[in-house]
Amino acid sequence: MAEAVDYKVVGTRPIRPDGVDKVTGRAQYGADLNLPNMLYGKVLRSPHAHAKIKSVDVSKALAMDGVYAAVSGADFPTAAHGDIGGEGGGDVADVAKNVMARDKVLYHGHAVAAVAATSQSIADAALAAIDVEYDVLTPVLDVDEAMADDAPLLDENCFTANLPEKPDKPSNIAAVMQLARGNVEEGFEAADVIVEGDYNIPMAHQGYIEPHACTATINEAGQATVWCCTQGHFEFRSMTAKLLGMEIADLKFIASEIGGGFGGKTVVYLEPLAVLLSKQSGRPVKMMMTREDVFRATGPTSGTHCKVKVGAKKDGTLTAATAWLAYEAGAFAGAPMGPGAMCVFAPYELENFHIEAFDVLVNKPKVAAYRAPGAPQAAHAIEVALDDLARQLDMDPIDLRLKNAVSEGTQASYGPKFPRIGFKECLEAAKAHPNYTKPLPEGAGRGVAAGFWFNVGMQSSAEVHINENGSVIVVEGNPDIGGSRASMCIMAAETLGVEYDSVRALVGDTESTGFSNVTGGSRTTFATGMAVIEACEDIIAQCKARAAATWGVDEDQVEWEDGQAVPAPGVNADVKPLSLADIAASAHKTGGPLLGRASLNAQGAGASFAVNICDLQVDAETGKVDVLGFTAVQDAGRAIHPDYVEGQMQGGASQGLGWALNEEYIFDKNGVMENAGFLDYRIPVASDLPMIDCEIVEVPNPSHPYGVRGVGETPIVAPLAAAANAVRDATGVRVNDLPLSPPRLLDAIDSAE
Amino acid sequence: MGPSGPCAIDAAMAKVVFPDHLLQHTGGERELDVVAANFRELLAVLESKWPGTAEVFAKCAVAIDDQIYQDAFLEPLQPHSEVFFMQRIEGG
Repeated sequence: MAEAVDYKVVGTRPIRPDGVDKVTGRAQYGADLNLPNMLYGKVLRSPHAHAKIKSVDVSKALAMDGVYAAVSGADFPTAAHGDIGGEGGGDVADVAKNVMARDKVLYHGHAVAAVAATSQSIADAALAAIDVEYDVLTPVLDVDEAMADDAPLLDENCFTANLPEKPDKPSNIAAVMQLARGNVEEGFEAADVIVEGDYNIPMAHQGYIEPHACTATINEAGQATVWCCTQGHFEFRSMTAKLLGMEIADLKFIASEIGGGFGGKTVVYLEPLAVLLSKQSGRPVKMMMTREDVFRATGPTSGTHCKVKVGAKKDGTLTAATAWLAYEAGAFAGAPMGPGAMCVFAPYELENFHIEAFDVLVNKPKVAAYRAPGAPQAAHAIEVALDDLARQLDMDPIDLRLKNAVSEGTQASYGPKFPRIGFKECLEAAKAHPNYTKPLPEGAGRGVAAGFWFNVGMQSSAEVHINENGSVIVVEGNPDIGGSRASMCIMAAETLGVEYDSVRALVGDTESTGFSNVTGGSRTTFATGMAVIEACEDIIAQCKARAAATWGVDEDQVEWEDGQAVPAPGVNADVKPLSLADIAASAHKTGGPLLGRASLNAQGAGASFAVNICDLQVDAETGKVDVLGFTAVQDAGRAIHPDYVEGQMQGGASQGLGWALNEEYIFDKNGVMENAGFLDYRIPVASDLPMIDCEIVEVPNPSHPYGVRGVGETPIVAPLAAAANAVRDATGVRVNDLPLSPPRLLDAIDSAE
Repeated sequence: MGPSGPCAIDAAMAKVVFPDHLLQHTGGERELDVVAANFRELLAVLESKWPGTAEVFAKCAVAIDDQIYQDAFLEPLQPHSEVFFMQRIEGG
């Protein structure tokens, strides 16, 4: 398993540096900034899920006392098609229309106008004074319905992409994707047992605690500053510039503390509106979403319809598999069907498979990323099918997975061979875990499932400043969502050879540090960590040069050991080692302040696997599920700060269990979400869940100096199927659709009796 | 430099594999043997074989000898390198 490496700081669990301000309320979140003469911006949202906009008249709103600005789609520049850039951003024209509708509204809650006024109540009254004429159209609310030949079209110009020939008529299917290998028919003929299933999962939201919020101000020279909660302020700057036709250098973005994102804060909604309203009014404008706005108008993850068929020999060897995966994109193209297709069979060796995936437009909010986007839905289908297969083969479910698990050198279903990975190590750790063999209470059930995610690198920048006393300031360009400041401090301390307590980290704004892609994709500890390590190595090189100059020896005669410059072995120099503090104290004599920097596009992200064990009980009279125990096993590569790694594993498990058991967007026949609040959209709270046990497996990623793989995505992939398989074990009834809510389970149990 | 001309040395060719969703750009060809010193040269070869496709291929993620690159450009190719084009991977 883990290689023995004698790290001094990596792998320790120091107290998080942002904790005190967060628990005392001092931390500044997106809605916390107030400026003199600030106005409140609000958005008028469509009451229809699908309609043509005949006209928007804001004149009555603008004439009201206290109203300083009112805008609609006509006030925005026409956005040309092109890649908006960033994480899951999509087409510029689509993002522009999502931020503010132009000719059509495509979901209930779609923005059609916005105002800025001196108070929130005046802004509300102004919204009520805006006249919008609609020509209401039939909404398309279901992925199967949307794929039908005669379905009403959301976009007359949407022609299915990735087909050999451009189709001759438009469709709600924005794109298709296929992956295939071997001969599926022959593979199924060789099977002794075949299982298949049909699985539906409705849209679900990330459920971050902090709603979207921002404040923008623009001066007479056209230079704007935006404070906002975001997973990536550099990419928000770029998107806002593109949507408003502004020069990037005229936009400064400052990231606030952030109360969760999970992928949902990688795209702009309010920021371009706030800048435009500020420009029109000449005053700062603050905009804040309500929870209802968040549900109706930001990006959840796709609802899906998946079909999976798997064949196996009596000994459990898989012979063939097929997957048909339809993902709801919401109002604009861009469902995560590609990652879903690439993930569905990724954990298993398969000579014969065929995967088809579809990106489908429906009159619902445009989806956004959510931890391992697209993977949990696909994994639910295959992992439930494998559970059924294990039952038919009378085989332990972990043994079945071990029999077929990928390892280093296996050709992945998505193309290349796997480099060093830790799937088998995770399966073995799960099988050996005492929770796997712990006796269950009577009537309870146990389920197992596995999960996979690629992880990514991408661009990061970092600077390391050495203060005059040798203490260290790390500047990163990534908003700290999952504990990156602590992790960056740990990696800097380890690399420089100094104490953790002498290092501080901060998140720079877009004018004070170099470009960094979003905090997402489990990339920050990996990629930004690499930038911090390189910046520290830059410092070490400078320190060695200054020590050499101080001692009058060549630079290659100096080494860096335990945080100090020392003569290299064999160098005959009667000198005292120089610590970082010593070199910093005399820096004014040896060339000035010490500043290290690095920027990179990190390659070599290491794939991460997980195995989950779920114990639960189902109340036969009410259908309510009580989760009795949950064990998350995951390969982190190397856990820089194990508390944060376990936090990610527990957070992903909690969100996955919520998705499995209760969470769902419920729409009426007109496409109006009926449960747009946390009372009716039921995310798990602390009293709903047991302590989630974590076992961190460490199979180091050879492409990272400390072996980091990234941990934030994978934890949500397996819990959906783990819970579904536990329900099957507890009740004897297989329920393929999620959520496993009391009414659905009660109905299934009653039907089986 | 042609992708598989008579002068090409088979022993020094990289194998390039295209997934289904890119076959519309390759005339249905799934695999191609290419002589190229790095990914930039490979893109030039593909553009010369299938004009107008450079932007499509440049936007893909690519695995070169099992290492996935989101933004490959200067990465070297070895004789017998395996190159798989893939959809770009993102995350939450």
